[in-house]
Amino acid sequence: MSNAAPETTLCARHLTRRFGNRQVIHDLSLELKRGEVLGLLGHNGAGKSTTLQMLTGCLLPNGAEKNECSIEICGIDLLRQPVLAKAHIGYLPETPPLYRELSVNDYLTFAARLRGMQRGAASAALAQTRQRCGLEAVGKEIIGTLSKGYQQRVGIAQAIIHSPDVIVLDEPTIGLDPAQIRDIRNLIRELGDCSSVILSTHLLGEVESVCDCVQIMQEGKLIYGGTPATLASYGGEPGHLEENFIRLTETQR
Amino acid sequence: MIRLLALRELRSLFAMPSTWFILAALQFIFAWFFLARLEAFLEVQPQLAQLANPPGVTITVAAPMFNTIALLLMMLVPMFTMRLIAEERRNQTFALLLSAPLSGAQLVLGKFFGLLIFLAVLITGVPLMLYTLVLGTAIDHGLLLSNLLGLLLLTASYVAVGLYISALTTQPVIAAIGALAVLAGLWLADIGAAAENSPWHFVSPLYHFQNFNAGLLDSGDAAFFVLFSAVFLLLAIRRIHNNRIYG
Repeated sequence: MSNAAPETTLCARHLTRRFGNRQVIHDLSLELKRGEVLGLLGHNGAGKSTTLQMLTGCLLPNGAEKNECSIEICGIDLLRQPVLAKAHIGYLPETPPLYRELSVNDYLTFAARLRGMQRGAASAALAQTRQRCGLEAVGKEIIGTLSKGYQQRVGIAQAIIHSPDVIVLDEPTIGLDPAQIRDIRNLIRELGDCSSVILSTHLLGEVESVCDCVQIMQEGKLIYGGTPATLASYGGEPGHLEENFIRLTETQR
Repeated sequence: MIRLLALRELRSLFAMPSTWFILAALQFIFAWFFLARLEAFLEVQPQLAQLANPPGVTITVAAPMFNTIALLLMMLVPMFTMRLIAEERRNQTFALLLSAPLSGAQLVLGKFFGLLIFLAVLITGVPLMLYTLVLGTAIDHGLLLSNLLGLLLLTASYVAVGLYISALTTQPVIAAIGALAVLAGLWLADIGAAAENSPWHFVSPLYHFQNFNAGLLDSGDAAFFVLFSAVFLLLAIRRIHNNRIYG
């Protein structure tokens, strides 16, 4: 995209979510521009996965009927026109949503067609995505027989096969070995050139190497937003990403 | 989209060895039952021939066979419907469908037709067996067609019930037991109700199958099956929407 001002691909305003009496997300707002990679950091149970589920339409925020909140994907309202908006989303949940009895090719073709691609376009996308995710050798294998690392890569492949504008990855590098982690990080950087990517992670190194900006979540609120560089030098000398992350999340308790 | 989901459902079914095993076992049971009925018919046929207006082979072999298959399907369909949504939830694959550009109706109908096509394939063996009788005698095509249509509508209503119950839970086993309980409950209430005009007769799918079984095409019965299926499919769509609200 060579446009001077990158467009906003994702814009969420005032998201709240309760499960029973427990408020999990408090008034959360996010904005993402094309070509940005956003890292969502936080402890276990901070609400990262719930936030991502809401951004992909798997979960409705509270007050969706009363217009208290809004989620826009490429200018389309996800809560009012879910079918149109979801065509622009690729989502990898915490557990990759794999049909274990299908072969990799069948599964990825299904994923592409499910997002509205035509048959011809889907097979071209399949070849490209397999090459990008390092799945050339396992196209005919049954997903259930693959190792955890390959399954994770198939999960990433289904999220990007239809070249969505917004890619949402929930802990994408979990269960991969160091070489695979490096490959996937390179892939995420590459994806960030023409789409927007949100990824949630525990790994600070991941944020440092792939993200353009960071948001830290704590008990359902965003407590810090900035670039990895500003987080590393937050409150003094640079190079203290980990200390600063711990300090931020500790002091807010 | 509906076709894509239905095809995916079929592909997954046929990728499992257990499906092929069940298919083979059921064909064996159907054939066994067919031959047993045929043998009984051949034994009494000399006596039947002396009657003024003897019952033909279709009503003595085909009609009871369809009736048995209707009962057999009641127990069998929950085993297939349990997987439809409950297993997607348990395997966490449901997020793929929820985040895809699909309406709830497309999702439910795709699964409904996918399984219905499979079950239609499963029972095609029956008319094929019955049509081998053409080699030796004349058969009543009308009666056979009305039975087939009735069986298809009956299966659709079973699948709709099973699909809805599968949408209620995360455990496939509970979905199977629940669907079996509902179907068997409706059947038992029907045969247990003594009064001719008891409302239990009206809500039981198997009761409405009896007219089709006797060769009577009643639009009221057909409408019942369509309405019965539609109600449960709508409930399932509703449930999937609530899934997004309550998590």
